[in-house]
Amino acid sequence: MNDGSTTASAVSPARGTSASSAINNGNGFGAYLEFEKPLQRIQIDIEEMERDQNETGRDHSQDIAQQRSRWKATLKRLYSNLTPWETVLVARHAKRPLSVDYVKGAFRDFCELHGDRTFMDDHAISGGFARIGSHRVIVIGHNKGKDIKERMSCNFGCAHPEGYRKALRLMRLAEKYSLPVVCMIDTQGAYPGIGAEERGIAYAIAVNLMEMSRLKTPIVSIVIGEGGSGGALGIGVADRVAMLQHAFYSVISPEGCAAILWKTAEQRKHAAEALRLTSKDLQQLNVIDDIIPEPVGGAHRDPEAAAANLEKYIVSTLDELKRTKVDALVARRQKRLRTIGGFFEDPGDIVRASEKKRPRQTTHRVSRLAERFGSRESSKIIGTGATR
Amino acid sequence: MDEPRKATRPEDRPGVPPGLWTRCDKCEHMVYEKEVVEKLHVCPECGHHRRVDARTRIEQICDPGTFEEFDKDLRSTDPLNFTDRIPYIERLQREQEKTGETEAVITGRGFIRGRATILGVMNPNFIMASMGAVVGEKITRAIERAIEENLPLVIVTASGGARMQEGMVSLVQMAKTSAALARLDDAGGLYVVVATDPTTAGVAASFASLGDVILAEPKAMIGFAGPRVIANTINAELPEGFQTAEFMLEHGFIDRIVPRADLRREIARIIDYCGK
Ligand SMILES: [Zn+2]
Repeated sequence: MNDGSTTASAVSPARGTSASSAINNGNGFGAYLEFEKPLQRIQIDIEEMERDQNETGRDHSQDIAQQRSRWKATLKRLYSNLTPWETVLVARHAKRPLSVDYVKGAFRDFCELHGDRTFMDDHAISGGFARIGSHRVIVIGHNKGKDIKERMSCNFGCAHPEGYRKALRLMRLAEKYSLPVVCMIDTQGAYPGIGAEERGIAYAIAVNLMEMSRLKTPIVSIVIGEGGSGGALGIGVADRVAMLQHAFYSVISPEGCAAILWKTAEQRKHAAEALRLTSKDLQQLNVIDDIIPEPVGGAHRDPEAAAANLEKYIVSTLDELKRTKVDALVARRQKRLRTIGGFFEDPGDIVRASEKKRPRQTTHRVSRLAERFGSRESSKIIGTGATR
Repeated sequence: MDEPRKATRPEDRPGVPPGLWTRCDKCEHMVYEKEVVEKLHVCPECGHHRRVDARTRIEQICDPGTFEEFDKDLRSTDPLNFTDRIPYIERLQREQEKTGETEAVITGRGFIRGRATILGVMNPNFIMASMGAVVGEKITRAIERAIEENLPLVIVTASGGARMQEGMVSLVQMAKTSAALARLDDAGGLYVVVATDPTTAGVAASFASLGDVILAEPKAMIGFAGPRVIANTINAELPEGFQTAEFMLEHGFIDRIVPRADLRREIARIIDYCGK
């Protein structure tokens, strides 16, 4: 099995033992990500020592144990401070759990419902009844597909209008039976193709935005991997918007942004930084409410733990949302949408803001507080939209 | 989100003095500029509808002297502190100097053939009328005015999409404007869209698609994904006339194609039918 090559495909100790979970590159036999090279070097060291131990009978167990703990510490260090571009790589990781994994791991008794009743069943978005905690819900999610066959059949998670129409149909069903809606977002964006345009992709997304804003049942949307622009937002309007810790959510891909603004895709790392697309940034910008922690080294290194965190978040959020009467909930959802995005209203604001170091953050924190407490005073400092 | 087209066409260059002969971009005929302006910036030879800035559009649509602007002092906070090759703040200043406007949409109240309306007009000359927080806010306030004053809402759309330099703050404006339109709809308000060249991406996928009645100018580009992105994805040439107003009419996503000269009359007629 192990041909001793220096590629990252080197085999870790026997699977299923504690040793293997200690060094789980999360890739099966795939490669480490580019920023994980230090981990790869340690793993190669360990494997060489193990081979030597097997072949010559020399005892390296102490060194191996030491290197394993070094590996773990390095993993923790790398993942505690991912750059935006590294976050993009993790969010797109080939082994990152998909919505189907979470439907299995965090929900029970999934009963899939197919089709948009108009044209076809779009595999890029699926949904149906499911149970989670004590709740019966409609769960909807983008599907990227596990293998090449699945990926082709669901267009790598890029939905056509039918996907958005199916999602809306299921949401209306949820509304009718007072079931909360849980959406899991994981897409590069809506499918850019002739059929999608012919069948009204823009209209389908627009209608979802409008109808989700007034749907009379609780909605929770979670970006679990890639949140790609309008195709993500099309199932992303909610009472509570969350992101898995290493997911990203962006108006445009870093590559696309770099190509347009820097005129070269090489600048994607800069674009990823400039776009403020990480969960932490977006919480600061008041675009999302909550961040769901991932296991050390990312969801792909421990999918069960990631699913458990997701389950815990969804259950507690639904417990809370269900305590509010639905009309008040919709009013609050509308108000939340109303207050996103700061602006300067009178020329004095600009002067005052330029005197502060980072006026933007203040703006958004203020608007967030204003939203939470419904205080007109606190929202007045720099226009947040709550006041006229 | 799509790449803004460069302002290389004569009508995109501000300050071409009338009285000169210019060449039509579409038919390449030499046309007398003054005549083009009199025809509301439509080529007298081929009927090509040039892009017009928001002020010119308002003059064309509203009864003279009736337009009253709202919220003209709203300015971007540069929420991301964004810099690409130049800082976003500098880009905004350049656009403001170039156009004499503070942002990519003008909103207000005006009369169209004697009918009071709340009007929003996007400016294709200002960063391709991309939608950031200020555009989203001004559109939303216009929608709320229409609700409060029980007046019909008319939005003349033109946009390259969400404004990248404002990142997710810009994307969420799609949801914000659509949510406000849900409230207008609940209140029974009339909303007419006039889709002009180009109405694309995030604006197409939000308020530009949600009109009770959607009109479009002839040959206007209307679509979601950028044509080059689509061509690269499917690895094929795009069909002739793809993502035009005519294409959208054929596929059932707009109500009527209306030449610019008829817009005032058509809007007034729809307002009358809806009893607003
Ligand atoms: Zn011409």
